[in-house]
Parts: sequence; structure tokens; C-alpha cells
Amino acid sequence: MPSGPNISTSLFDRIGGVNALPVLLMIVALPLVGSLSSWATLTFAGLAMGMMIFLMASGLSLVFGLMDVLNFGHSAFITFGAFIAATVLLALGAWVEADSLTLNFLALFAAIGAASLFGLVAGWFFERVIVRPVYRDHLRQILITIGALIIAEQLILAIWGGAPIAVPRPALLNGSIIIGDVAIEIYRIFAFFLGLAVFLALYLVLNRTRIGLLIRAGVENREMVEALGFRIERIFIAVFMVGSALAAMGGAMWAGYQGLISGTLGGELLVLVFIVVIIGGLGSIEGSLLGALMVGLMGNYIAFIFPKLALASNMLLMLVILLWRPWGLKPAVGG
Amino acid sequence: MSQMELASGPTADPARPDPARNGRVIVYGLVGLIGLALAFAPFLFQDVRAGQVAARICVFIVLVASYDLLIGYTGIVSFAHTMFFGLGAYGTAIALKQMGAGWDAIIVGGAAGIIAAALLAALIGVLSLRVKAIFFAMVTLAAASVMLVLASQLSGITNGEDGLVYQVPRLFKPAMKLMTDADGKVLKIMGVSMNGKITAYYFVFIASALLFWAMMRIVRSPLGTVLEAIRENEMRAEAIGYKVVAYRTAVFVIAAVIAACAGILWAVWLRYTGPDTTLSFSIMIDILLMVVIGGMGTMVGSVIGVVLMSLAQFYLKDLMQLAASATEGISVLPHLLEPDRWLLWLGLLFILLVYFFPAGIAGTLMKKGNH
Repeated sequence: MPSGPNISTSLFDRIGGVNALPVLLMIVALPLVGSLSSWATLTFAGLAMGMMIFLMASGLSLVFGLMDVLNFGHSAFITFGAFIAATVLLALGAWVEADSLTLNFLALFAAIGAASLFGLVAGWFFERVIVRPVYRDHLRQILITIGALIIAEQLILAIWGGAPIAVPRPALLNGSIIIGDVAIEIYRIFAFFLGLAVFLALYLVLNRTRIGLLIRAGVENREMVEALGFRIERIFIAVFMVGSALAAMGGAMWAGYQGLISGTLGGELLVLVFIVVIIGGLGSIEGSLLGALMVGLMGNYIAFIFPKLALASNMLLMLVILLWRPWGLKPAVGG
Repeated sequence: MSQMELASGPTADPARPDPARNGRVIVYGLVGLIGLALAFAPFLFQDVRAGQVAARICVFIVLVASYDLLIGYTGIVSFAHTMFFGLGAYGTAIALKQMGAGWDAIIVGGAAGIIAAALLAALIGVLSLRVKAIFFAMVTLAAASVMLVLASQLSGITNGEDGLVYQVPRLFKPAMKLMTDADGKVLKIMGVSMNGKITAYYFVFIASALLFWAMMRIVRSPLGTVLEAIRENEMRAEAIGYKVVAYRTAVFVIAAVIAACAGILWAVWLRYTGPDTTLSFSIMIDILLMVVIGGMGTMVGSVIGVVLMSLAQFYLKDLMQLAASATEGISVLPHLLEPDRWLLWLGLLFILLVYFFPAGIAGTLMKKGNH
């Protein structure tokens, strides 16, 4: 997509344009961090964290792009996903601790699967009951999804109680791989590749299938797709369900990553997810991935270099990017 | 056909009473009653808890009404309102802590808080009000969460999660004798001691009333009319020649300044400022619930919303305690009826309200804002 009037083959565009930003960030961070081994550790941590945030952000971004719905209840799916995964892992304690690769993986997939399945069902319910009556009315959408968020948070408190829950991590994923003097946690590698697989799947579906074509057309111009005789509301609900399932999956992965989860987890992550969606540009999967990787890397580097700035760093990143590109890095529809 | 219907509006039939006018009488009567009750609150409600509730209602009326300027009159959804509230409160609190308990501290700290709020609001407004409204909601949420984190991280200045405890000017201290009787003891009028608590309450009450009056003036001014025009049809307002971004930014700054003023009052009244009393996300949710329940875009609705929510917060819990013990033994029901779960029911009520009465209590009664 041509980006505005100033199409120039500057150096920045030739090295890949906005796609190169995470790589540029890594290169800039190297001399600042100083030691190569800590830089590698931080980079892997940042990539893994970015991929988990990508899982949560991609659904929100797609739902927003296609349906023009900002769902504050999204964070409830994240929290529910985390708690359901934790419950499943606790219930399958024997499998989790077993020394068998197969049982470990079964337990992990059961946890992630249960969370995602819940996300699908809850997404269906949410779209039907909460969001459908208020399409095209942003103010009431925000209000109603916040109401739903309040209810969901209270339900979590009622079911799991207020105390934080410790999440058992499958024995297999507990260790680290050591290459030279760089230690990489296996869980992070797993998170990275899961995120990458989801991204590739989404990318292929959106760009190579007929349904993907319809979704992209819907993002670009909903009325036209409707006018051509397609039932856009069916696509809506499917996208909403998948988006919620991805949020729950992200929550499940986050639960294993953190090891200790509490009811405020979704709300804390929602801010990061919003920042990612804003940085990336609303409605675009590639933008979400870029934004998530930037946020993940930035968070980890800054926490190492200037610990005091860590929490404001993502805000700063968003500020800079909004000043530079008010519609985000890769908006689905050209601003 | 529709022209005909338009012509035969409420004014066409003078014989029938106009329901909107009746509703208006009810709403303004209710607000007048609340105003009177607040004006004599120290005499009417003498226990400590009720006094606390009355002062909180005063401050929150200002806070919620200033939020109504944004959400109701201009259609801007912001999640940074507690941030501005907190800036005012923290400015005052830090100055009172560092400079000692004097009026100069309140003035310097309050002014610093107000200026910080105005600058930050202008920055956020210019940066992000030109894009989609929904974008703005996300940006303000991120900004507010950073402010909350800063308040708990910069513990050297803000004392972190614990917050600041400080002294206020002598005039507001309970030990201060406002009036004395012949023996030199504190004079009692209708059983109420005329001490610093009374002056503190009336300081909060009068300042709140003035701020509320100022906001009523703003929404009735030409500025208020332009804001409503922008809310109803942004494109048309722009086409007529109003600079939409400038107006939106202006009202965002005004609302931020008023919220900071409310923060100053809150800091002076509580003699304590911490993240939980000023910046937390749950206060933001409270503000949102209050303005929607009361009625967006009505100003007086915020009074009704604040009073209802505050009473519910303080007294609904007692009721739910009863219900929970009554239903004991019925599997999950007592869990859901626990007093701590009151927000669950409020959330449900809130959703139903947004579905069926989006104009809120005051708006529905006055038949205003029927979309």
C-alpha cells in the first residue's frame, strides 16, 4: 500500500520501512546494554513477551478494524484464559510433574485448549448479547463493554477468590537452554514459536483464503461487502470468537510465564494491548505484531538500562510513534 | 407525514400537561432538595460517617459534572479524569507536606496541580483529539495508568502506595474553636460543635457549589452550544466553520482544570492523599457509572448520579449482607450476594440502563437527549 504523498525511496524505506523497526531497536540497544550475553537474554525475553502480547492484541485489533467495536471486555477474556489454564494445570498436576514429554505436552495443550475453547464460547455469547445491540454507537459500546468487564471481574473474584494463584509449569518447559554464556528459558522459546505460528496462520487465512479476502474487504469498506450480498454479520461473529479465543490463549500463556496470577492481570495487560494496537495501527495483524514486538523489546531493554523509566517507556514509545504517524505504523486502511 | 408529526409536538396541545415539564420539575426539585440537604448536612446528619459521605458527595458532584462536560456535552470518552483529579490532590498534598500547613501551601500546590493538569490535557488533546474518538479513549487510559504507576513509584515525593498524611491550616482542624461560649468552650449550635470540621465542610461545600455554578454557566454559554453541535454532528460543525479540534481541546482542558480543583478540595478535606483515594481505576469507573446513571449531558444528572451511587456504596452493602445470610446454604447464591460483590449487581444494572435508558435518570425524566 503506498504510504501517503511522499513516496520516496529513502534509506529508511529501502531497509524495510517500518518492518525494520524492531531490528533497529535491537541494534540500538546492543551498545547501550553493553554485554552481548545480557543483550541476547533480554532480546529473547522481549520477543517472547511481544509474541504473547501479540496473541492478545491481534484479536482486539481485528475486531476493531472489521466491526469498529472497541471491546473493553477483551481484558476479561485474558483474565479468564489465565485462570482457566491455571485451573486445568492444577487439576492435571500428575501430568504436569511427570517426566514424560508426551504427558507434559498433553497437560499444556489441555490448558491452552480449554482457555481457547472458553474464549470461543464466551466470544460468541459476548457478541450476541452484549455488543450486537450497540453497533455503530461508540459511546454506548464503550459503556456497555465496561459494564461487562465489571461483571466479569466480579465473577472471577467470586469463582477463584481474591488471593493470587500459583500456576504450575510443565517440567519440560521449566529449564533453560544454554548456548555459550546465553541462557534462554525454554518457555520463552515455546511462547515465541506459538505466537509466530498464530501469526502465520492468521496471515495465511487473511491473505490466501476467500474468507480472509472478505474480512479484509470488510475492514476496508463494510457497506460494499454487504451490498455485494455477503452476510457480514456471520463474518463478524466468527472474527469476534477467534479474537476472544486468541485473547484467552494469550492469557493462558501469560499465566505460565508469570507463574503467579491475580484478578487484576487482564486490566494491567489491557493497557499494554491498547498501546500495541495504537502503535501498530487499528485493524492490521502485521501492525499488531510489529507493535507487540516493539513493546516487548522496549520493555525489557529499558528495564535493564534505566529501571526507573521502565513503566513509562511504552507510553513514551506510543507518544513518539503517534507524533510520527498518527494512524499507527501499519494501519489496515490508509489514514 | 413526518413534517406533520413534527408540527404537532408537545406545544401543539396546550390542554394536556407536558410530561417533559413535569419531569423537569421533579428533577430540579430533587436537585434542590439535595442541595439543601448538603447545605445543612453537618446539622442534619451528625454522625462521622454521614459527614464523610456528605463531603465526598460535594467533591464528586464537581468531579462528575466536569466529566459530563466531556462525555455528555462533547461526546469525548476520556479515562484520564482521575489523573487530573489526582494532580490537583497530589499538588496540594505535596505542598502541604513540604511547606507546612499554611494557606500559601494550598495556593502554591493547588496552582501547580492545576497548571500541570491544564498542560497535560492540552498536550493529550492536541496529540490525539484529531483522530477517532475511540482512539482517544485508549490514549487516555494509557496516560492514566502511567500516572498511577508514577505515583506509586516516585515514593520519595509521593510516599508510594501508602500515600501522604499531612496537616491542614489551623482553620480546618477539629481542635480549632470557631465560636466559644462564655466559659471559653466550643459553642454548640443544635448540638453541633462549631469547630474546624465545620469550616472545612463549608469550605468544601461552597467551593463545590461555585464550581458547579461555573459549569452550569459554561454549558449555557455559546461555547456549550458549539460543543453540543460537535457532539451531534462533527462534520456539520466543522463545515459551519468551527474548529472542532480546538473546541474539543479547550473543553478537555477546562474539564481537567475543574477536576484538579476538585482534587484540591478532596486533599484538604481528607488530610490524606494516596493512589487509592485519587488515581485508582475504580474511581474512574465510579465516575463513569455516576454520570451514566444520573444522565449524560444534563449537568444536574451528575448530582443525582453521585448521590445515588454514594448512598448505594455505603448502604447497599448492609442490605446485601442481609440477603447473603438469608440465602445461606443455596450453593453459589450467597457468594454472589456477598457485600463485596455489590459491583457485580451494579454492573448488571448499568448494562440494562445503557440498553434501555441511555439518557440516564435525569435525561429520561426530562425527555432530553432522546436519540
